[in-house]
Amino acid sequence: MKYGLAFIAIIVGSLLTLAMMLQWERPPMASTQLGPRGVGMVLTQNPRTEAILKSKNIAPESDPPAQLSGIKVKDSPDYQNVKVLGDIDVEEFNRLMGAITNWIAPDEGCTYCHNPENMADDSLYTKVVARRMLQMTRQINTMWTPHVQQTGVTCYTCHRGHAVPANIWFKNDGPPHAEGMSASRQGEGLASKSVGMTSLPYDPFTTLLAKGAQIRVDGTEALPTGKPGASIHDTEVTYALMIHMSEALGVNCTFCHNSRQFASWSESRPQRVPAWHGLRMVTDVNETFMASLQGTFPKNRLGPLGDVAKVNCATCHQGVNKPLYGVSMVKDYPELRIPNP
Amino acid sequence: MIEYQNIFTRTQIHGPGDFGIPLPQGAERERIGKPTFVHLLGLIGDAQIGPLYLGWIGSISLLCGFIAFEIIGFNMLASVNWNPIQFVRQLFWLALEPPPAKYGLHFPPMAEGGWWLMAGFFLTTSIILWWVRTYRRALALGMGTHVAWAFAAAIWLYLVLGFIRPVLMGNFGEAVPFGIFPHLDWTAAFSIRYGNLFYNPFHMLSIAFLYGSALIFAMHAATILAVSRLGGEREIEQIVDRGTASERAALFWRWTMGFNATMESIHRWAWWFAVLCPLAGGIGILLTGTVVDNWYLWGIKHGFAPEYAYDMWAPVLDPALAAK
Repeated sequence: MKYGLAFIAIIVGSLLTLAMMLQWERPPMASTQLGPRGVGMVLTQNPRTEAILKSKNIAPESDPPAQLSGIKVKDSPDYQNVKVLGDIDVEEFNRLMGAITNWIAPDEGCTYCHNPENMADDSLYTKVVARRMLQMTRQINTMWTPHVQQTGVTCYTCHRGHAVPANIWFKNDGPPHAEGMSASRQGEGLASKSVGMTSLPYDPFTTLLAKGAQIRVDGTEALPTGKPGASIHDTEVTYALMIHMSEALGVNCTFCHNSRQFASWSESRPQRVPAWHGLRMVTDVNETFMASLQGTFPKNRLGPLGDVAKVNCATCHQGVNKPLYGVSMVKDYPELRIPNP
Repeated sequence: MIEYQNIFTRTQIHGPGDFGIPLPQGAERERIGKPTFVHLLGLIGDAQIGPLYLGWIGSISLLCGFIAFEIIGFNMLASVNWNPIQFVRQLFWLALEPPPAKYGLHFPPMAEGGWWLMAGFFLTTSIILWWVRTYRRALALGMGTHVAWAFAAAIWLYLVLGFIRPVLMGNFGEAVPFGIFPHLDWTAAFSIRYGNLFYNPFHMLSIAFLYGSALIFAMHAATILAVSRLGGEREIEQIVDRGTASERAALFWRWTMGFNATMESIHRWAWWFAVLCPLAGGIGILLTGTVVDNWYLWGIKHGFAPEYAYDMWAPVLDPALAAK
């Protein structure tokens, strides 16, 4: 009895230590100062998980440049039904087709999109999707330089050797919920991967990645203006989107914000500006390109609520603040940087 | 050999169970159970359990608390489709959310916050009845009502968060959800929405009283333990009949920090620090959104939010303004 308490304490302590070691990341962490001294603007990263991330985010080597034939695809009788890439050289076209195969369907090969009997045939839905995605890539590389700068994107930025990118989203009602008069979850209150395992609203994308969405929630004046501001729930949805961005980019809040006033631009880092454009880019990609493929995709490619797959920050970034650590693949594939007509 | 150690009391005094004072005619039936002794409890406090005094008020309070607990628990269970495994796995994440703001102060459908209002009603009833109990039992024992008023300070903060402020704001969507992580998310979202609560002076005061309470508690407990070998734990006697324990304790603080409380005043310090923590905090919450919409901008306006030199990069402009 005399040692009973101590004994229990030792057992409980050991179990907690074990649980801690299984769940938490061990020190040391690498920290980098990002802002003025004394404001806590520090990037904290785990060098061990960073090393794993680095090995997972390597850009593949580009194919050697095409030996130009001088014949454009649209002028060659061998190529029919080429609606997007007609203005490039035949050799560039062939090289790009090979690269796309490696980037998206390395195992399935050309026939993932093409009918081998007739390469011009549009009978496979994947070919129709691929054509739209080429337009999307060109749109991103030419119209969204405030976000992608001169680094640009290629198919590989999202696809990484898979036909369906690993990080996509659908409208999400969450797992089944008891019906009747039982309290609604109001879209939150579950351990959710989409928002970094917090209990915040698990689908901030449907609301906030829509055109004209109101992401800003902070009061803009010191005193109330009399107009109703954002509700606490609205704030939680914005907070959830920000957690998603933080997780998708592998950075803390202070990578862009000074957390003493999230809303303040004059105290933010310049990184917040491309992030702002990025949110609008993602909306454009979803509403202009993905939504247009709603009828093209077969049922098994649609989400549980029947909507088309959509992109968010994680689709390209995949845990890294500059996708593929800032390696520009598009500089070797300039045909992906031609403006859409 | 019995020894007295004054950090962990290892000595337990065994005697006949203490029934307490005689109660007035007819009240005796409220006192239920016979005293029992638990050795393990004796290691951290009094080993005696019972008799209990619940009475009508205590019983109704427990019943209301139980109803609130069940409403919250069963709605959380419903939110994972009655799956007991998910209920245990995600217990800390689950919530009973208040009504969405669109319902204002009207009673919403049960599924849209009605249960939250009901749980809040029963929990509030339970807490207030429990407060009545602390008040009445104190009077019955001929004590002052200091405990009841300290408890009332905590209830003030609770009511501001869940009732008074939402009513002033015009909707219950402003109130705190029930749930472990969800109420913490609420706290963070609340601070973000209203421009960083750390710039709220009453929040600052509340934190000062919170940390101050911990400091005063530690200083007082350490002082009394340190002089208990000289009879210092008999604090009430020492208030009016200062002995060597009291004098040494006073001298210790006068030497180390130049000022000392007295055996009497230290308890007022402790009581007021503890009570002012939720009192000031409640005022801070009450002013948020009702009187001040962005505490940081308010701090700038009144010149107490410090400025830093952001010269590590070119000035950043709001792209939404540039787009206009």
